[in-house]
Amino acid sequence: MSELDIGILALQGDVAENFMSTMAAMNELGIDGSVSQVKTPDQISAVDGLIIPGGESTMIGQLSMVNGAMNALKEKIGSGMPVLGICAGMILLAKNSKDRVVGSTKQPLLDVLDVEIERNSFGRQKDSFEAEVSLDAMDIPSFQGVFIRAPAVLRTGSGVETLGKFNEKIIAVKQGNILATSFHPELTRDVSLHKQFVKMVADSKS
Amino acid sequence: MIPLSGDLPKSKGIKSESVDSINVTKGTSTLKRGFAHMLKNGVVMDVTTVEQAQIAEEAGAVSVMVLDKLPSDVRKAGGVARTASIRIIQDIMDSVTIPVMAKCRIGHVYEAKVLAEANVDMVDESEVLTPADENHHIWKWDFTTPFVNGARSLAEALRRIEEGAAMIRTKGEPGTGNVAEAVLHIKKVNDELRTIKSIYDSGDKQGLVSIAREFKVSLDLVEETAKIGRMPVVNFAAGGIATPADAAYLMSLGCDGIFVGSGIFKAEDAMERARAVVLATTFWEDADAVKEAQKMINEKQSILGLDVNNLELRMQDRGGSA
Repeated sequence: MSELDIGILALQGDVAENFMSTMAAMNELGIDGSVSQVKTPDQISAVDGLIIPGGESTMIGQLSMVNGAMNALKEKIGSGMPVLGICAGMILLAKNSKDRVVGSTKQPLLDVLDVEIERNSFGRQKDSFEAEVSLDAMDIPSFQGVFIRAPAVLRTGSGVETLGKFNEKIIAVKQGNILATSFHPELTRDVSLHKQFVKMVADSKS
Repeated sequence: MIPLSGDLPKSKGIKSESVDSINVTKGTSTLKRGFAHMLKNGVVMDVTTVEQAQIAEEAGAVSVMVLDKLPSDVRKAGGVARTASIRIIQDIMDSVTIPVMAKCRIGHVYEAKVLAEANVDMVDESEVLTPADENHHIWKWDFTTPFVNGARSLAEALRRIEEGAAMIRTKGEPGTGNVAEAVLHIKKVNDELRTIKSIYDSGDKQGLVSIAREFKVSLDLVEETAKIGRMPVVNFAAGGIATPADAAYLMSLGCDGIFVGSGIFKAEDAMERARAVVLATTFWEDADAVKEAQKMINEKQSILGLDVNNLELRMQDRGGSA
């Protein structure tokens, strides 16, 4: 088996933190591989798995439209490439999204994850919070969730598995090769969620 | 990697509560600095109206900064520049989905409290407004809302971080449309970082103590910064950026993102320019992409700008010695 290559979509947001977490996860698993920052359709088509990091979903979506990354992502995810969407990444993967205050917007979405998202679901920055969450379905009984102006999943379609909830709101989901979280695993030292994702990528390749 | 730790023990800005018997904590350094991390490689645009905020969002801004007047108009108007009207800030918060920041005067604890109560996502304790206290900045650890501060040097930046700033930006010279001072400030910071990193790498503890005394900050903060060899929080460029090429140049000097003040909405081609500055910031490593972005703007419609050597008011000096 050739080396795993996991890409971090590097248009905007906390790319470096996901880079470090993914490297650390590969190390802990003893998996040979590389992590690369990707921006262009060509770079996207070369990776085995991709993380869409935290950032501003409106901005990342618009930029993906401009350089053709949007179509490349849609095609690659459709063909089974594992993808992890974090916060803004979760929003971008979704079928539908609306803002808690502003309501529906015209923001471009990948429309590959059959969920409806509420953006800024827990409030503005002052209400950003840290709390322990459990993702039993991922074999992660306890994880320090860092929620920053976080979205939540309002409705899930058939085929979407709920992995975790906080205060009655869905904050982590899985649909086949797509994994998405409201919180930021890359902002903690615990790399267990990134490890699960690396395993998904490794399994998809073997 | 930028550390996210560094909370001041028992700081008043950290709030804990119990939700469904789970402990929930707000206002930690991870949350405040983490918020700034989400803005990286993005452009924050100064706006004064709902309409401008919507243009900024549509152009791909990662956040908007609300002011009563754009910096170049503050310069022209003279008088005392204060925080923006709360009603306008709230109208903007109700009409865009991206984070909304607002400026308060240096040292004006209650303008900051008012902005925090109004629920802005970040407060900029800014030299663009008239300082309320020349000797003290706000003690930002008391707030759950994160702060960004300007700095012309590493010493100034570390003093602000020690007071609780979660993010730093260069001061540049606001409202001039002249990028020279922002370039000067980031290059100075980079030089100072190289110097303290080499002192750290050589194991010269006494050298670090001298730096801490010179900078008027704790040895711990100097040591942490010297070890990683970069600003210990997210560091943006600000002050005088007017074109896509300006933004790309500052990104190439190691800035994590860009603030644009008068450069966009004092230009006559604001909408195209806003988008062009965003594109140049994202694709700064690709000179051809920056050229394409620069092509979207018309130099005849740029802010005329000011020579920074003959200014009546140097905003960057405000709060600099404290």
